[in-house]
This record gives sequence, C-alpha cells and structure tokens, in this order.
Amino acid sequence: MKTVLAKLRLYWPLTKSLQTGLLLSTGLTGFMSARCPVMHWMMLLALAGSLFLAISGSTVLNMWRDRDIDAKIKRTANRPIPSGRVSPNAALRLGLILSVLGVGWAMLLSPLYGLIVFAGLFLDVVVYTFWLKRRTPWAIVWGGVSGGMPILAGRALGIGQIDWIGILLALAVLLWIPTHIMTFSMRYHDDYRRAGIPTFPSVYGFQTTRVIIATSSLAAALAIGLAALGLGTAWGYLRLLVVLSGGLLALAIGSLARPSERVNFGLFKYASLYMLSTMLLLVMEAI
Amino acid sequence: MKKMSVFDRILLLATGLLAAYQVVEGVDGLTTPPLVSYSVAFGVLLVAGLLLIILGFEVLDSPLVVIVSTVIPLSLSLGLVWEYLTAWRIPYLLFAIVGFLAIVVTRLTKTGRLATFVLAAVHGVAGLIIFILPIALSVTEQAKPGFALVGVGGALIGVGGLLLSFLKAGKPILSRKTILKVLPGLLLLMTAAFVAGLALA
Repeated sequence: MKTVLAKLRLYWPLTKSLQTGLLLSTGLTGFMSARCPVMHWMMLLALAGSLFLAISGSTVLNMWRDRDIDAKIKRTANRPIPSGRVSPNAALRLGLILSVLGVGWAMLLSPLYGLIVFAGLFLDVVVYTFWLKRRTPWAIVWGGVSGGMPILAGRALGIGQIDWIGILLALAVLLWIPTHIMTFSMRYHDDYRRAGIPTFPSVYGFQTTRVIIATSSLAAALAIGLAALGLGTAWGYLRLLVVLSGGLLALAIGSLARPSERVNFGLFKYASLYMLSTMLLLVMEAI
Repeated sequence: MKKMSVFDRILLLATGLLAAYQVVEGVDGLTTPPLVSYSVAFGVLLVAGLLLIILGFEVLDSPLVVIVSTVIPLSLSLGLVWEYLTAWRIPYLLFAIVGFLAIVVTRLTKTGRLATFVLAAVHGVAGLIIFILPIALSVTEQAKPGFALVGVGGALIGVGGLLLSFLKAGKPILSRKTILKVLPGLLLLMTAAFVAGLALA
C-alpha cells in the first residue's frame, strides 16, 4: 500500500491536477447542461473517469515531449521528468496507457463522445505539442480547440448529438484560452524566450498581446452568454454571468490601459476563476 | 503591507458568495431600474471581493479603487431612491451620473483638495441615503422592520469608506494594519446586512 501511495505521489504532478480539474469541470458542465437533474450517476461517473484519464494522459504526454524545455526553465525544472524522479520511458508508458484507457472507455460509452474525446487528445498532443508549439505562437489556437473538446464531448454525451449550444460552449473555452495562456506567457516571457518557444508577446509584442487578450475575453464572454441564453438560463443567473464577465473585461481593459505585472497576473488568476464560476453557474441553473 | 491571511480570504469569499446570491435572487417585485442598480452594486462588491482575494491588499493602493468603490454606494442609493422616493428619481439619477463622472475626472487629473471635496460630497449624500432612508421607512412603518438592516449596512459602508478615504488621503483614523485587519469582516457584515435587509423588506 505504501508503495502504491509513493508511486501515486510521484506520478500525480505529471497530470497537472488543477488544469486537468478545470477541463474536467467543463466536461461535466457540458453533460449536466443537458441531463440535469442527473439521474444516471453511473453515466456521470463514467464521463468523469474517462475524461480524467484522457486529459491526464494527454498532459503526461505533453510533459514527456516538453521535458527538454522544462529542464531549461527554473519554474519547471523541478517537475518529475526533468528532475529525474520519473524516467522519460515510464512517463511515456503512463501517458499512453492513460490515453488509451480514457479514449477506449469513452468509445464504449458512446462512439460520438469517444470520437470527440479522441479529437481533443489528438489536437492537443499531436497538432499542438508535437507539431506546432515550437514553430509558431498560433499553436495556441489548436490548444484552444483541444481545450474546448471536453465541454463539447460532455454535451454530446448528454444529448446524443452535436448541437449549436455545444459548439458555442466549446467556442467560449477556445476564446477564453488566449486570456489564460497569453497572460501566463507574458509573466514568464523570459523563460519562454530562453527555451526558444515562440509566444505572442515575443513575436508580436506585449501591447498587441494585451489587445488580443481583451478582444478574446469579450468574445468568450459573448459566446458563453449566448450559450447560456440558448440553455434558457434564468435572468438571475444571467445577471451573475454578466457581472462575472464584466470583471473579466474590466481587468482585460485595465491591463491595456495601465499595464502592470500585478494586473496581468490578476487577470490570469481571475480568468481561471471565471471559467470555474461560469461552469458552476451553468450547472446550478440546470439543477 | 499586511499579508492576507486564510481567515481574511474566507471572509472575503463569504462576502463574494453573499453578493453573488443577491445578484441571482434580485428583489421581488422590483422594476428594471432599481434591479439593475442593486445588481451593479452587488456585482461590483462580488468582483472587488474576488480581486482582493486574488491580488491581496496591495490592490487597495490603486487609484482606481476610489472610483470603483464609489459605484457601490451610488448604485445602492439610486436603487433605494428609485423604489421609495419616486419624485426624486430623475434628479438623483442625474446626481449619481454627474457625481460619478466628477469623481472619475478629479481622481484622474489629481486636483488635490477639490478631488477630496467631490469625493466626500458624493459619498456623503449616497451614504446618508443608504443609512437614513431604510431606517426612516421602517420606523414610519412604510417598510417592514427588517428593512432597517439595509440602514445598518449603510452605516458600515460609511465607516469602511471613511477609514479607507482617510487612509488614502494620508491622514488615517486608525493604523493601516488595523484597517486592513477589520476590512474583510466589515465587508462581510455590511453585505450580510444589505442582503438580509432587502430580503426582509
């Protein structure tokens, strides 16, 4: 038992639990937006399990692929692979096993759901991480599309097809990703430059990046608002959504008008909180 | 600058949740203008609470804090006036708009004593309305007794506003450390009084 716990402690950081948890919450929201009140707890647990495995699998494969970059950056040098606590081969095996289990389980639940989960994993690992991340800052678009797959998958599992609300929800996540990623790449600009990763701040400059962040924040808020309207969300929850979106926009515009590291990092943190809050809000409304 | 403790964060989170509850619930039987006014006030309170949690007390050093914190009493008082002093609706709406713009302009152009005077006048009027009107309505039985709690919230927002204003003006009534120590609790009590008062109205 002690050995299992020790292994779990060793491998757990490879899954980036906070990021995985946030994506998982979007998948659960997508499902619950269609099936609440949830009567099929086994289905919900199967969704959570399969998505967790697939998202964790792709994250571990990212960690395996980016181990050389992580080793060059102080912030990431202590991660399990670059620090030598986990061997690259062990991480690769774990990533592949988790991915296959996650996609396989998803396919068994529903072929459409499984296909979307597979698409998310493929776009994240193959297109984003292996192909584009080291070549162009625009890679984050594909990272964003991949990030929108869990909520689309959850909704598709809930209603048995892809509908416009599911696409809008996925679009909202895709448009939210630049706020999340670009604020982070501005904060750790020097690290990314040292590691040779092209980012929007390094290629287009900080001010252009801030304009993109503000624009995409507005677009994400509009997409999620339209999706909420499509779901028939009550006025009270819509008011709260407007308030939360207002906070996001105010910070994005504040970052444009009076740029500072504090506002930038505040926007990064608020964006995560915003996504989690809006997901909770949509679930509470559905209940 | 005082470091924010876990307890401070819990108090601010509770404040944010109460404000979010009020935004979602609204107030029964209200027309759109006061509902929007209350939603703006509690919405700003919610976002301000979240930003305090995220950025810490350092965020209070920003000159924008004075402007943003003006929105809360102005919109709350506008909602009250719109609901209970119907003859004063348009004049007070104009006062709120002009007062807010005056604070924005004087704060951004830093015109010293004029900025302080404008801030004190606008905050003072809005604060007195939030403090006196609900209590007066309750005492004269034009509203239920519980509505007086909104007035208690008004008193608390006044205390908080005074403490912060004098602190930012460089003439603190209490030490900075003490003010930051009591601020999260004060915000929670104030929000709880507003929410309870509106629910019992």
